[in-house]
Amino acid sequence: MAQHTSLYQKHLDSGAKMVDFAGWDMPINYGSQIEEHNLVRNQAGIFDVSHMTVVDVSGSEALEFLRYLLANDVAKLDEVGRALYSGMLNETGGVVDDLIVYRMSFGYRVVVNCATRDKDLAWIQSHAADFDVSIEEQPQLAILAVHGPEAIEKVCSILTRDRAAISKELKNFRGFESGSWFITRTGYTGEKGLELILPSIEAPGIWDKLLAVGVKPVGLGARDTLRLEAGMNLYGHDMDETTSPIAANMEQTIAWQPEDREFIGRQAVTDHLAEIQAGTMPILTGLVLEQRGVLREGQKVLCENGEGVITSGSFSPTLKHSIALARIPVDSGTCQVDIRGTLTNVRLVKPNFVRFGKKVFE
Amino acid sequence: MSTYPDNLKYAATHEWVRLEGDGTATVGISNHAQDALGDIVFVELPEVGATIHAKDEVAVVESVKAASDVYSPISGEIIATNATLGDAPETVNAVPYDGGWFYKIQISEEQELDELMDADTYSDHCEDG
Repeated sequence: MAQHTSLYQKHLDSGAKMVDFAGWDMPINYGSQIEEHNLVRNQAGIFDVSHMTVVDVSGSEALEFLRYLLANDVAKLDEVGRALYSGMLNETGGVVDDLIVYRMSFGYRVVVNCATRDKDLAWIQSHAADFDVSIEEQPQLAILAVHGPEAIEKVCSILTRDRAAISKELKNFRGFESGSWFITRTGYTGEKGLELILPSIEAPGIWDKLLAVGVKPVGLGARDTLRLEAGMNLYGHDMDETTSPIAANMEQTIAWQPEDREFIGRQAVTDHLAEIQAGTMPILTGLVLEQRGVLREGQKVLCENGEGVITSGSFSPTLKHSIALARIPVDSGTCQVDIRGTLTNVRLVKPNFVRFGKKVFE
Repeated sequence: MSTYPDNLKYAATHEWVRLEGDGTATVGISNHAQDALGDIVFVELPEVGATIHAKDEVAVVESVKAASDVYSPISGEIIATNATLGDAPETVNAVPYDGGWFYKIQISEEQELDELMDADTYSDHCEDG
């Protein structure tokens, strides 16, 4: 029996095409994925991402625990409300999951992927035993992500006066608690916006209010092309437990300083760094195909000094040609992709294609 | 727009054929096919003048979701292709039985038409998955 978020009926009311996503019935689109994508780039769209897993961490050693559990350093969160993106690594330096951690008044809130929920909770619990911490999943919470150039203004127009006043002034990667709500300037699209983490029971009413002020529902299909244009990784595709964060464009999310901070996988990723310098570990890069054709996950990339693979690929609705993330040998000069038997030249670019509606690579 | 227009014949692989009454036919993909593919971003069409056989891979449709082969429902010579699809492939999503046609063909094997489905049979075929 598939799981439903509190907005299931709202999705059906908006004409959603529902698909199975890791055991949840979720909207893939409400008609046209490309129109929904463009709405987020040009106006404002709302995603139901309540299927994602929220885990609250509290207790006297919550900070010490998360500094050990995560590759990024939670000590950087010097104020309540601040957010940090991090990988959670295993001992061999593979990525157990990628996540966002927020500093909260009670400790920390971690949001992990839905498809990895069970193994993540087991992993977190297994390491929590040595610390004075309490780990509590929050399945009663919904997450509404509203993104696009008009998103913040639209959300503020339906919030209480107090919440709107604070939300308007929030800087990127910052949030605030208000009663049982948490409102934060984070997202997965490359556009400005807010994420509302709130009790599920309140989500349908807020959804209706946002639709009434012209925010349009956006499905998981467009969420994928938006994050790909923004050069953001998708767990299980661009990296997994067998991939080093160093080979997944996540080096910047590893906090190497202070040197005496022990975190799971530290030794392994330190070794990986040396392997990158020696040219024996691949990198995750961006590919651009400006002619006809679509790059797809799994296609082979043939480079001068070896072979790579596309980890995520699609048509970019903003750029109107295909883009991809690919893991290829370092210092690859020119590359070709095997598209259905035809070797096609592609251009290598930094893995970041679109920000705030505009092309960002040369 | 009817989902399964009565005046067309359909292949199990979701192409439609409209007989033009002069020995030629127009071919496209069904509403069921375009809906399953999602937003179409490129269509690769055959060359005019090419001779093709029924069930040949004759075109490729790339949607945001996947690439998909189109098989010719009938044999013959390609006499025209739909230039609109070069600039506006989304026409296939919007009007698959009308402006979203793929190619016109001079039919060489009339008896192949008997193997195609009528609208009712095709409708059942789609609903059976």
